[in-house]
Amino acid sequence: MASGLHNSEVANPVLRWIDQRLPVITMMQKEYGTFPTPRNFNYFWNFGALAMVNLLIMIATGIFLAMNYTPHVTMAFDSVERIMRDVNYGWLLRYVHANGASMFFIVVYIHIWRGLYYGSYKAPRELLWMLGVVIFLLMMATAFMGYVLPWGQMSFWGATVITNLFSAVPLVGPDIVTWLWGGFSVDNPTLNRFFSLHYLMPFVIFGVVFLHVAALHITGSNNPLGIDPKGPQDTLPFHPYYTAKDSVGLVAYFAFFAVLVFFFPNLLGHADNYIPANPLVTPAHIVPEWYFLPFYAILRAVPDKLGGVVMMFGSIAILFVLPWLDTSPVRSMRFRPLARPFFIVWCVAFLVLLYCGGKPPEEPYVTISRVATAYYFLYFLVILPLLGRLERPLPLPESIARPVLRGGGPLPAGAMSKPMEKA
Amino acid sequence: MSVKTLKALAVAAGLLAGAGLAGPARAAGGAEHLPHVNFSFDGPFGHFDLASAQRGFLVYKQVCANCHSMRLLSYRNLRELGLSDEQVRAIAADVQVVDGPNDEGEMFERAGRPSDRFRSPFANEKAARAANNGALPPDLSVITKAREGGAQYIHALLVGYEDPPAGVTLMDGMYYNKYFAGHQIAMAPPLSGDGQVEYTDGTNPTVDQMVRDVSQFLTWAAEPEMEQRKAMGVKMVLFFTVLGGLAYAVKRKVWADVH
Repeated sequence: MASGLHNSEVANPVLRWIDQRLPVITMMQKEYGTFPTPRNFNYFWNFGALAMVNLLIMIATGIFLAMNYTPHVTMAFDSVERIMRDVNYGWLLRYVHANGASMFFIVVYIHIWRGLYYGSYKAPRELLWMLGVVIFLLMMATAFMGYVLPWGQMSFWGATVITNLFSAVPLVGPDIVTWLWGGFSVDNPTLNRFFSLHYLMPFVIFGVVFLHVAALHITGSNNPLGIDPKGPQDTLPFHPYYTAKDSVGLVAYFAFFAVLVFFFPNLLGHADNYIPANPLVTPAHIVPEWYFLPFYAILRAVPDKLGGVVMMFGSIAILFVLPWLDTSPVRSMRFRPLARPFFIVWCVAFLVLLYCGGKPPEEPYVTISRVATAYYFLYFLVILPLLGRLERPLPLPESIARPVLRGGGPLPAGAMSKPMEKA
Repeated sequence: MSVKTLKALAVAAGLLAGAGLAGPARAAGGAEHLPHVNFSFDGPFGHFDLASAQRGFLVYKQVCANCHSMRLLSYRNLRELGLSDEQVRAIAADVQVVDGPNDEGEMFERAGRPSDRFRSPFANEKAARAANNGALPPDLSVITKAREGGAQYIHALLVGYEDPPAGVTLMDGMYYNKYFAGHQIAMAPPLSGDGQVEYTDGTNPTVDQMVRDVSQFLTWAAEPEMEQRKAMGVKMVLFFTVLGGLAYAVKRKVWADVH
């Protein structure tokens, strides 16, 4: 081996020549080929890969949409309709992109839910989790700005309402809003900068996703039992086992996505956004996209404007410190008999907020939103910290391999019961 | 299928149901429930009834177009309705459009061409309002996408005129429509008598027929890609079903030695 060259094991001479100088093939083999992965993943572990694919779909369709879109207040709406009518397969590009945003949030919400249920945020994966929360925030900013681009009624009024939230900041609030708008109302400068940032952000997300995955490959994946692999008997090489399993989830995801795009392309959108933006006509109900509704409900549940804004941002910011709020050393909810029902109620509260966020701000939705908001925070700030001390977790399995191996394994018959029932 | 898989599917379904609930939940409250009409384009195998859409175009041209623009459509698009090149040229040539400036710097009028956009009835919004008692007739290019209920709403609105119930006083120049938000609409009942539009294909132009035809036409205008989209969707779903079966079989095979 020549000095300074990487010791490559690739057989093909051309690839080997490259790999000796830039060991990307060795790296891919290590990180996605032989990478030791817990053998007991369920299908919830598909959703990280699905989110990655979704990001790539959004970037690919977005680049081609941008070639045909005009970010100007007098032309934006018409340019989008031109994409729908006159650009070859433009309707497909746009509907995939618009519904892709919804799919992205469905996938990421399930991915986050998976992390919450199986305790993936706990040591040693705190930073991995926090990078995930950063991605979630960037996604929300990107989706919000993307929804403004078609310049329909909901684009304009959604942008007006959301940017106005910053006016709640004491002293400098109104100045911040003027600065965000680039003027004294949502107008052409706002549309221009939102387009620019909407194109930039996905690449920032891509960068943070890289860090998210890099951190994952240091700690390794969590698993449904929430216990660490103790040796090779507990893991499988990523390929072919999880490439095969991810493929199943990926096709199911594509099928679901296709049904939305081809048969219900406007189901998750709002009819008002097919009316060109008009600063002089306010829609009867201004509502954000469905994936923002839980946070919108929290905003409206608080009678004070600044308080509402703080609570809304706080509801996501709290996730950053979740690894330290949850004091239990047990990761998976399967072994937490008390935390599990409290967490299920939290999930219900989240869905209730999603529902109430789409309703007009009147009774009984306001009171329901307040109760759900209170529980949302109570769960993180009081219940989780206390449970770590009060709860007596179920006994953990000795290893991943023992409860997973069924029939034919080297285990005595008594060890084949489900992990929950194991003493 | 394992219990875990079922759980995963249940969560996915729950999230979508939540999203779905949030969607229709946003419809403006208080409106009357729309009467259901069957349209040929309903469902995953739906297609446009071109004869009906052509008649609907006649209704638009002779009635709606007096006040409503369709500025996103061009005359050439009418070919997709099954009209011949000559017919489209003749329809376009029927209108005078402003073009220019010419070499002398003057704007001039000429006969329309298939490449021209549908001519708008008014020069601008102010002119439209001035001619309509202050109300602005909305552009109809994407109207079925821009209203909750789509074609069902258009149909309901056009048949929804009636005398105001006792105790309701209409504002000056307004009409009572039970499906319009707030019930007071500035548009006079546009299709009020059988035979208002002369059909050339022998269909009896009842009010109900005209309303169905114009709803068909407006749906086509808003979503001209719909037939192609749904046909592609059917193929996609079939393809992913087969591919999913294969992927699952491969997964089972790969994992056979693990379980």
